[in-house]
Amino acid sequence: MKKRSGSLKIALPKGRLLPPTADLLEEAKLGLDGYDEETRHYRLSSTVLPYLSAKIFQEKDIAVQVAVGNYDLGICGLDWVEELLARYKASGVVKVATLSYGEGSVYAAASRQTGRTGPLADKPNRPSTGSGRTRETLLPFVVSLSNHERRCKPDASPLARGDSLRLVSEYPNLAEAFALNMRLKRFRIFPVWGDAEVYPPEDAEIAVLWAKDEKGLEKQALFPLVKLLPVNAVVIANQESLENKELEGVLNRLAPGRRSEEHFLSFEELGGKIPAAPLPPRRAEGKVRLALPDGHQLPPTAEFLKHAGLSLSRYCPESLDYRPSADLDWLAVKVIRPQDMPLQVANGNFDLAITGRDWLFDHLYRFPSSPVAELLDLGFGRVKIVAAVSQEMPASTIEEVKRLLSSRKLAVLRVASEYVNIGDRYLCDRHISPYKLIPTWGASEAFLPEDADLLIDNMQTGKTMAEHNLKIIDELGDSTACLISNREGVESPDKITKIDLFINMLRRGL
Amino acid sequence: MRDLLPGDMQQFRYIEDTFRRCCLKWGYREVRTPVLEYLHLFTATGTLTPGRLGKVYSFLDWDGWSGERVVLKPDGTIPLARLYLDNLSPQGEARLFYVTEIFAFEQTGKENRERWQCGVEFLGGAPPMADVEILLLAREILNSLGIGDVQLRLSHAGLAKALVRELGLSPREEAKMLGRILDGDRQAWEEAKSSCPEGNRLLAFLVDFKGKSGGFRKKVEGLSARASAEVKSSLGDFLDVVGLLDSLNCDYHIDLTALQGFEYYTGICLQLSSRGEKIAGGGRYDELLSLMGGESVPASGFALYVDSVMKMLSPRGDERSETGVLLRGDRAVPGTVKACFSLAQSLRSPGRIVELDFTPGEATGDCRWVISVSGSRFVVLDRRWGKKREAGSEAEVAGILGSAE
Repeated sequence: MKKRSGSLKIALPKGRLLPPTADLLEEAKLGLDGYDEETRHYRLSSTVLPYLSAKIFQEKDIAVQVAVGNYDLGICGLDWVEELLARYKASGVVKVATLSYGEGSVYAAASRQTGRTGPLADKPNRPSTGSGRTRETLLPFVVSLSNHERRCKPDASPLARGDSLRLVSEYPNLAEAFALNMRLKRFRIFPVWGDAEVYPPEDAEIAVLWAKDEKGLEKQALFPLVKLLPVNAVVIANQESLENKELEGVLNRLAPGRRSEEHFLSFEELGGKIPAAPLPPRRAEGKVRLALPDGHQLPPTAEFLKHAGLSLSRYCPESLDYRPSADLDWLAVKVIRPQDMPLQVANGNFDLAITGRDWLFDHLYRFPSSPVAELLDLGFGRVKIVAAVSQEMPASTIEEVKRLLSSRKLAVLRVASEYVNIGDRYLCDRHISPYKLIPTWGASEAFLPEDADLLIDNMQTGKTMAEHNLKIIDELGDSTACLISNREGVESPDKITKIDLFINMLRRGL
Repeated sequence: MRDLLPGDMQQFRYIEDTFRRCCLKWGYREVRTPVLEYLHLFTATGTLTPGRLGKVYSFLDWDGWSGERVVLKPDGTIPLARLYLDNLSPQGEARLFYVTEIFAFEQTGKENRERWQCGVEFLGGAPPMADVEILLLAREILNSLGIGDVQLRLSHAGLAKALVRELGLSPREEAKMLGRILDGDRQAWEEAKSSCPEGNRLLAFLVDFKGKSGGFRKKVEGLSARASAEVKSSLGDFLDVVGLLDSLNCDYHIDLTALQGFEYYTGICLQLSSRGEKIAGGGRYDELLSLMGGESVPASGFALYVDSVMKMLSPRGDERSETGVLLRGDRAVPGTVKACFSLAQSLRSPGRIVELDFTPGEATGDCRWVISVSGSRFVVLDRRWGKKREAGSEAEVAGILGSAE
């Protein structure tokens, strides 16, 4: 069958794969100028191949964008392709070439301190924590836990959920495949936006995460239980584009003499001695556990806490410790992503957290019975949650967008948002139909107008919206930083007193 | 997913009613389990293989912030075992049956992802009698449904597991091979045969044997002299069942490679097919309840695959075309409406289908009788014979219908 020539679109990664991918593109002489770490432009056109254009995405989004056919080709880590395929086996994405960079592996790893704290501590057959402990001792332990749990009542009350193994991962689908293949009987998977390595041992028994190698894990006080997948950067193609479009020209430049090494989920159990680990600090009962944000939220939060009178060591972007120590000896602090905080507080891993109200609402819309509640509005980090469309769209209000749908000028409304649940609620409440929600991992404004029609995002000054030629058509609400807690989780009167003290301290910072 | 149209539902109800009638006669009682169950019910070793778990529809519930996933029921037996443990275990033996849908992802999009099953479970029923009972019940249901040319294949999960164990594979390789065997991969048997230790002619014989017992007993007794106690025990159990079936003149084929099912099977497994279509399957699962936290309870069961059975049945005759009535009022005025509803009520009381119609134009539908009503006058048309008669009262109309039928 003769393949069609025509426009070709390629999705390129931001982040850690950007520099080597930029080198590759330069070698390939594709003429996609301006693809560098400094770029503020997400759209590129080839100066060499007039039919070729590119867009820059978060790496996590690329496999999905290629699978749904928005892009013919993409470059991303194999981990994100397998994360998609682990759950959606029929996805229209094909791995066409393995590239020589972005090496690493996805591991299931445990803290070198596992066994000291958390639900595992009370299990039978617990491995010794002496210096001679091997990796094998934990893995059979995990498996033996599943056997042990065969004897648990299947209708165990929510309290018995404490028996489950907690898996934390940016790759929830790979984590599930791991759990099922290891025949874990009871497990809970907590998807996180990042920082999975910070959770074990107190807040998860196992992290499923990418690391360059085992040494990389060791640096994070983790050791690998199972190697799930060797990872490289790969070139992927949309199945239909591969069959019907002429991709060879671009592929030959990108990966001449290309090879596609098939890496499958292997669940390769790892052997070897684990070096003696220092005894971990116990998660002392009675301490108030506080989660603080990293990323953009870090500087204003650090500033606010300082102003309120809380002294924290190494809670600053320059020398961040994910477990900073506070001058209050009853306060245990950990730094995680603000997006992940409501879920973590709901599960009792933290008593308190400082996050944005936007993430609290996103959580509560998904889980209305969640025990998380706002304790205190901290007032800083104010943003507006808005709905925006491209300037080119003939609509200035959401009602006008609705009319475009009812008059069939728009077949389906494609909505890009990091706030999947806020977006879903907004669209349902306004009786928008039909719509497709595209979850994004950042840089959502780049999706419009080609890959989405509507954006639901936060906005501080409106500058980014203007830069991307977007107009606001609705305001969903304001969000500021707030202190959240689990209203059912704190029972100890002593802890309640300490939380009250902490709230009073924060009030001084307002 | 597919819709079941009126014709499909007629077949569905026919199967369900026949199934229920047979089960009730044999002393089984009907139960129903929810469509949503917790994922952990299905994840323990010995319940569903990773291959099957990979096709389960699982998701977070509204209270899923705890990380606990729920599933659309992928199997009928495991929820029923949970029901038994939760509610009925003190009573010991329980003969139960159910009609349920189960869900599994199907990648090609050509098969249904929602399938219906009529299941029978005999909890507390010990081998070999309970196995023979459920097997004969399955045959009786298929006979009652009028499905001919039924082939019964017998295999034995306990024997298969014991034979694979004798291969000396690593635990992971052994689990993988058993997974393939349970997923119906016959090639796995060939690989087991070629990797079996020199002199293990029993495995080769069992993999190749297809047919009725005849010389089977003598041959395996000769070959199993040096087999493990586990193999011998499973073989003894297998032979007990086929011995009883022989005494009952029940036709069957032994085919160890026909084993396809769930990891929880431990004993005899049955597969029923007709004209190449698998229509029922089941087996013994003595360890499932203890795996789920209960006492050890012997159990066996089978499920009738409703979607496959429906393909075997010819379309059901429609009651409408036999005795159905279309009552047509010429005008929606009080007198005619009252006469129509009154006549409809009296004709329905013996169980006849009666539809009302006040629209002008030709009568449509497939009812045998069309009765035109004008005030208190009735004109009765028998569409089958094309005869038209007038009647002056409800009793006269009933008489015309009764005498013609």
